Amino acid sequence: MKPLTGLIPRSGDALPLADYAAAGGYQAVRKALGEMTPSEIIQVVKDSGLRGRGGAGFGTGLKWSFVPAGPDAPRPRHLVANADEMEPGTFKDRLLLEGNPHQLLEGMILASYAIQAEHAWIFLRWEYRLAARRLRAAIAEAAAAGWLGRDILGSGWSLDLRLHVSAGRYMCGEETGLLNALEGRRATPRAKPPFPQASGLWGRPTVVQNVETLCNIPHIVARGPAWFRSLGRGADAGTKLYGASGKVRRPGLWELPMGVTAREVIEGHAGGMREGLRLRGFLPGGASTDFLSAGQLDVAMEFDAVALAGSRLGTGTIVALDDRTCPVGMVLNLETFFAQESCGWCTPCREGLRWAADLLSALESGHGRPEDVETLAELAASLAPGSTYCALAPGAAEPLQSALLLFGDDFRRHVTDGRCPYSLRAAA
Amino acid sequence: MSLTKEERQAIAQEAARMPSPRAACLDALRLVQERRGHVPDDALREVASILGMSEAELDAVATFYNLIFRRPVGRHVVLVCESVSCWIMGCERLREALSRASGAPRGGTSPDGRFTLLPIQCLGDCDHAPALMVDEDLHREATPEGAASILARYP
Repeated sequence: MKPLTGLIPRSGDALPLADYAAAGGYQAVRKALGEMTPSEIIQVVKDSGLRGRGGAGFGTGLKWSFVPAGPDAPRPRHLVANADEMEPGTFKDRLLLEGNPHQLLEGMILASYAIQAEHAWIFLRWEYRLAARRLRAAIAEAAAAGWLGRDILGSGWSLDLRLHVSAGRYMCGEETGLLNALEGRRATPRAKPPFPQASGLWGRPTVVQNVETLCNIPHIVARGPAWFRSLGRGADAGTKLYGASGKVRRPGLWELPMGVTAREVIEGHAGGMREGLRLRGFLPGGASTDFLSAGQLDVAMEFDAVALAGSRLGTGTIVALDDRTCPVGMVLNLETFFAQESCGWCTPCREGLRWAADLLSALESGHGRPEDVETLAELAASLAPGSTYCALAPGAAEPLQSALLLFGDDFRRHVTDGRCPYSLRAAA
Repeated sequence: MSLTKEERQAIAQEAARMPSPRAACLDALRLVQERRGHVPDDALREVASILGMSEAELDAVATFYNLIFRRPVGRHVVLVCESVSCWIMGCERLREALSRASGAPRGGTSPDGRFTLLPIQCLGDCDHAPALMVDEDLHREATPEGAASILARYP
């Protein structure tokens, strides 16, 4: 079963509205507005067990239930689709946006109805130019067909949906940074509480969801929570877009049951490592997840199992580290990214990540000192959750701390050899 | 006056559609940049005044984004992905080849003003690494050997 991607044309074109509608598209909106109350939809999504696909895995229905209900609740309310896919190693939402934009719109309409939002926003990164064109066209088509706008299907409920195209900054993907960006401010994080569900955009109740999360909603509403739960193989419900990149034979993206193993993704779908290369470790779900070792390939790619193994499912797009790529160089690349993308709002992140990147740069170029490795471990520990405003620095600490544990010998060899032991082989 | 009457109207109209005028500031900056290549100081000042922001507030937003340019850029902007999957797949050699072929250093503009070469964070095309963009076009599975022929399409 591939509810999320099954209809996406192989030609690379977007699924046209007529084809989407012929396959049952927008019937979930008809069903919801005709037969279901908003709280019934929230209950169905809760019962489905859907957890957020942006990386944190928070229960989607539970999140929606935190929006204040009733006649005296603050208005207007907002729903935001987070399409600012900027987690290094992640390329899953691009396919959903480019291949089936109406599925996202239908998910957004349903989510907006469930929380009784009047405004919906798609927060899209600038670089996804094709997605922007296709979303604009789809929004116009949906409005012309009466799925968006005033008094949808005669229900008395109206939804204004707009596309916001960002201009490149990882912090915009952080929920509260995104809210500031939409308001026309620097995308620095906000202190929580209050949580956005109570006080978000312009101080009004706001729900922010990842694109893949929202794309699941039409299918859950149309086919019910039991069906959705049956799609998962283990503890988590539904399917998931899994990916693999790095020096695997067939890098790619696949919609698979929640809970497939990392081995099935890397060795099965991606065809294993390229000729002559061995897998040393992998990031299970993007740059901000702890490395797992090649010995942990049988971990089920679901939220709790990956956490138990010492990492996070994150975005579910695996980055494979082979035995001829320098782990110190890879971590240097990751920490340079995080240091650059830190918004500078709080000190541990602004100063700590730059410091870590500088130490790694010295190590990689052969100028590291033995104590640098310990300093890196201390830095990673001091960037743990709770010491910063948002999750950027704790996320940056994850690949660093795990690399120090898994590839400690490589770090030390850079010091003792006075150069990168991989550099000669890499040049070959 | 640095903005045209038409530009001022477009910005004011967009601002009026928003719950608060400043929410239109990124669109306004982009409108300026699309026509001038970058956002010059005098245009920034005018946009700020239309939106009821101080210059400092608007510049704080403008400089926050990787893709709002406050200084002139070349006719074509080359964005080379330097994130982890592209790094594993050899983006450094690709960038060096692009730099040689364009005459633009990393973070700079070629002497003939044709290309600006900028590093960019993950382009979300990791299964086709290494990737780059030239203006609005995505180029996938690029090689150092093919760098010159990609650039040749952008006179």
